[in-house]
Amino acid sequence: MDVNTIAWLILLLPLASAAVILLGTKKSAGISALISTGSVIATLVLSFLLLAQPDTAAAKPLQWLSLGDFEVTIGLKLDSLAQGMMIIVTGIGTLVHVFSLGYMHDDAGKARFFAGLSQFMFSMTGIVLADNFAMMFIFWELVGVSSYILIGHWYDKDSAADAAKKAFLVNRIGDFGFMIGILLVWVLTGSIYFDEIAKAIGGVQNANLLNAAVLLVFCGAVGKSAQLPLHVWLPDAMEGPTPVSALIHAATMVAAGVYMLARVSFLVGAAEMAADTIAIIGGATALLAALMATQQNDIKRVLAYSTLSQLGYMIMAQGLHDGSDAGMFHLYTHAWFKALLFLGSGAVIFACHHEQDIWKMGGLRQKMPITFWTFLIGTAALIAVPGTSGFWSKEAILEAAWHDHNYLVWGLGIAVAFLTPFYMTRLFVVAFLGKPRTKDADHAHEVSPIMWVPLAILAVMAVISAYITGPLEAKGHVAFHMSLTAILSLAGLVVGVLAGWKLYAGCDRDPVNIKLFANKFYLDELYLGIVRLFQDFVGMTFDAVDRYLIEPITVRLPALAAMSSGYVLRLLQVGNLQAYGFLFGLGAVVLIWLIVF
Amino acid sequence: MTFLFYIFAALAIVGGIGVVLNRNPVSSAFAMIVSFLGLAALYIQLDAYLVGTLQILVYAGAIMVLFLFIIMLLDIKSEEGRQFGVFSTAGAVVVAGGMLLIVAKVLKNFEAGEKALTPLKGAAAETTDVSAIGELLFTTYWFPVQVIGMLLLVATVGVVVLSKRELR
Amino acid sequence: MDTGLTLNHFLAVSGILFAIGLAGVLIRRNIIVIFMCLELMLSAANLTLVAFSRFNTGANGAPDYHGQVLLFFIITVAAAEVAVGLAIIVALFRARETTDVTQIASMKN
Repeated sequence: MDVNTIAWLILLLPLASAAVILLGTKKSAGISALISTGSVIATLVLSFLLLAQPDTAAAKPLQWLSLGDFEVTIGLKLDSLAQGMMIIVTGIGTLVHVFSLGYMHDDAGKARFFAGLSQFMFSMTGIVLADNFAMMFIFWELVGVSSYILIGHWYDKDSAADAAKKAFLVNRIGDFGFMIGILLVWVLTGSIYFDEIAKAIGGVQNANLLNAAVLLVFCGAVGKSAQLPLHVWLPDAMEGPTPVSALIHAATMVAAGVYMLARVSFLVGAAEMAADTIAIIGGATALLAALMATQQNDIKRVLAYSTLSQLGYMIMAQGLHDGSDAGMFHLYTHAWFKALLFLGSGAVIFACHHEQDIWKMGGLRQKMPITFWTFLIGTAALIAVPGTSGFWSKEAILEAAWHDHNYLVWGLGIAVAFLTPFYMTRLFVVAFLGKPRTKDADHAHEVSPIMWVPLAILAVMAVISAYITGPLEAKGHVAFHMSLTAILSLAGLVVGVLAGWKLYAGCDRDPVNIKLFANKFYLDELYLGIVRLFQDFVGMTFDAVDRYLIEPITVRLPALAAMSSGYVLRLLQVGNLQAYGFLFGLGAVVLIWLIVF
Repeated sequence: MTFLFYIFAALAIVGGIGVVLNRNPVSSAFAMIVSFLGLAALYIQLDAYLVGTLQILVYAGAIMVLFLFIIMLLDIKSEEGRQFGVFSTAGAVVVAGGMLLIVAKVLKNFEAGEKALTPLKGAAAETTDVSAIGELLFTTYWFPVQVIGMLLLVATVGVVVLSKRELR
Repeated sequence: MDTGLTLNHFLAVSGILFAIGLAGVLIRRNIIVIFMCLELMLSAANLTLVAFSRFNTGANGAPDYHGQVLLFFIITVAAAEVAVGLAIIVALFRARETTDVTQIASMKN
C-alpha cells in the first residue's frame, strides 16, 4: 500500500465504522462492538505501516473549500510527530476498545457507545493528521462533540448529562479563542497551512499581535487540555463510562491541546511573552490540580486531577525553550500509564459494583491480584519511580525548565513532584491495602481476561515505553544526570510516598481534611457566581431594553400606526364595485398620462 | 375599401354603445354580437382571415351564446328604476373621457401610424395566413399551445367544481 | 391601389371601443353586462394587435404573424376566462339572489 492509501484509510476507517453502526447494525450490539473494535485494530496496523514512512511524507490533499484566492484543503501531514501520535491514539484506542468489550458488556447503549468511540477515533485522527489550522479546527470541534456524546452516554443520569453539557460549553469557550487565534495567525502570515506559516513566521514584525495570536491559539489548548482556568470540565467528565475516561480524558483528547502546541511549536517559539504565559499556566495548573487531588475521595476524580496535573507539565514544557520535545515525550509515556490507571480503576469499579468512593474499597490486593499489580506499576510510572517511563519524561521536562532558567516554572514542577507521590500513595493505600470496608469490596473478584489483558499490555508499556521511543524518534530519550533537579525530584518521591504511607496506612477515614482542596479551591462556585451575576445583569439589561425601548418602538408603534391607518382607510372601503372600478380606472388613466406625456 | 372600413367601424362602435345603453341584458348581448361582427370584418380587412373567423366562431358564437344562456338561466329582468346613477355616470365620463383624450393625443403624435394600408403583393399574397399561423403554432409556439390546452382543461374542471358546490 | 386607410384609423377605432367598454364597466350595475363590457375592452385590445401585425410587414411584405398567434392565444384564454367568470357569477347568484353589484357590498368598511 502506498502512503496515500494508508493515510486516508486511517482517517476514514473509524468514520465508516461509526456510519455502519449508526445506520445499520445499531440493533445488534455485539456486531457493532466487533465492527468498531475491528476498525480500530485495523487502524493500529496501518499506523505501524505509517511509522515506516519518511518524516516528510504527505498524502494527496482534497479540495474542500474555495473562496476566491483562499483555499482550504483536507490535507494529511504525516511527519514523525503525527506518526508517533497515531501510534499512541490507535494503540491506546485498541486496548480501550478491547477493554470496553468486557466493561460495557451488559450496557443497554452498547452499540451507541461503540459508534461514539469510532466517531471519536475519527475526530482524533483528523486532529493528528491535519496539515492546516482550518482542518484541525473542524476536527477539534468534532472531538468536542464526540466527547460530549460519550460523557453523556448515560444521559438519563442527570449528573452525566450536566457534565457533558459543561464539558462542551467550557470547550467552546476555549475554541472561540482558538478560532480568533487562527484568524489572527492567518492575518499575520497569510496562510493557514502549518508549513507555510512556519516559513512566514520570521517575517512577522508586530510582536504584540503575534503574542496575542499565539495566546488565542493557546486558548484552544486551554480548553481541550483542561488548563487553568478552563480545567473545571475534566473532573466532571468522569461521569462518562470509565473506558471513555481512559481513552478521551486521560490519554488522547486532552493531549490534543499539547499535540497542537507541539505542532505549532515554531509559533510558540516566535512569541516570547506568550511562551512564558503558557509555561506559567501549565505549571500553575500542575500545582493546583495536584493540591486538589490530595483531598478527593472518588477514585476516578483523583486520577482526573492527576491527569490535569500531568497535562500541566506537558503544557508547561510547550512554553519552554526546547521543551516541546520533552512535553511530547511525557505525553507519550503518560498516555500509556494513565490509560492503565484509568482502566485499572475501571476494573476496580466494575468489580465493586460501580462503587467509586475509595473509602468504601480496601483490601482489593487479595481479591484482584492482577489489577493490583498492574495498578501498582501504573502508579509507579506516574509518581516517577526511577526506571519507569514516567520518570524519564518528567525528568526531561524539569531539566528543560532548569536549563531555560525559568525558576518559577521549575519550582512549580518540583512542588508537583512532591505532591504526586503523596496523593497516589494515598489512593493506592486506601483502595487496595488494608481490610475491605464494605460488602461490595468484600465480594469483589478478579475481572475477566478481556479486561485484564489490556491492563497487562498497558502495564508493560508503562514501564518500557520510554525505551522504545521509535515512534518519537529523537523526541524523547532516556538520559540521566545527577543534578539538583534529579536530587529534588527523587527526594520528592521518597518524601511523598513516606508521608502518604504514614498518614493513610490502616486508616478508615481521611485523617486530613482540608476543605479548600476538597472543594477545588471553590473555583466551580466562583464560576457559577460569575456566570449567575453576569447572566442576571445581562438579563436585566436586555429586559429593560426590550421592555422600554424595543417593545414601544418596534411592536407598539407599528401596531398603533397600522390600527390608526386602518381606521382612516376603512372610510375608503365603500363596498361598491363601481367605486373601486372608478378609482382603479382613474389611477390607470393618471398613471398613463404621467408616463406618456 | 375606405367606405367599407367606415361602415364596419361604425358597426363595431354602435354595437359597443348599444351594449352600454341597453336596459335589457339580452339586448346588450345582441348589441355585443353586432359589435363583434364589425370587429371581425375589420380583421378581414386587415387580411387576418383566420383571426376574423375565430372572432365570429369563438366570440360571437360560443362566448356570446354562453352569456345568453346564463342570462336566460338566471332569468334576469331588465333593470328597473333609474338606469344610471349620477355619480357612476360622472365617473365613467371622466375616466373614459380621459382615456379617449390619451388615445387621441398619442395617435396625433404617432408618425408610424400614418403608414398607408397597401394590398399584399407577390409571395406574401400567395401564402395564406392560416398556413403561416399554423406553422408558427406547431413549431415555435408548440409549448405555449400545450400550456393553453392545459389551461382549458383546468378551466373546465374549475367550472365544474364551481357549479357543483353550493356557495354560502 | 391606395385605400387611404392608415394604421391610425384602426387604432382610433380600438381606442374608442376601449373607452366605451370602460365606461360600460363603470356605469352598468348588472354584473353580466359589466362582464360583457370587459370582453369588449379585450376585443378592442385585440384589434390593436391585428392592426400592428398587419402594418409591421416583414422583408417579403407579409404581415407579422407572431401578433396573430398571440391573438389566437388571447381568444382561447378569453374563452376559458368567460367560462370560469360566468360560473362564478352563477354561484354568486345562487348565494345572493341578485346580479346587481350595488347589492353586493359585503366588503363595505
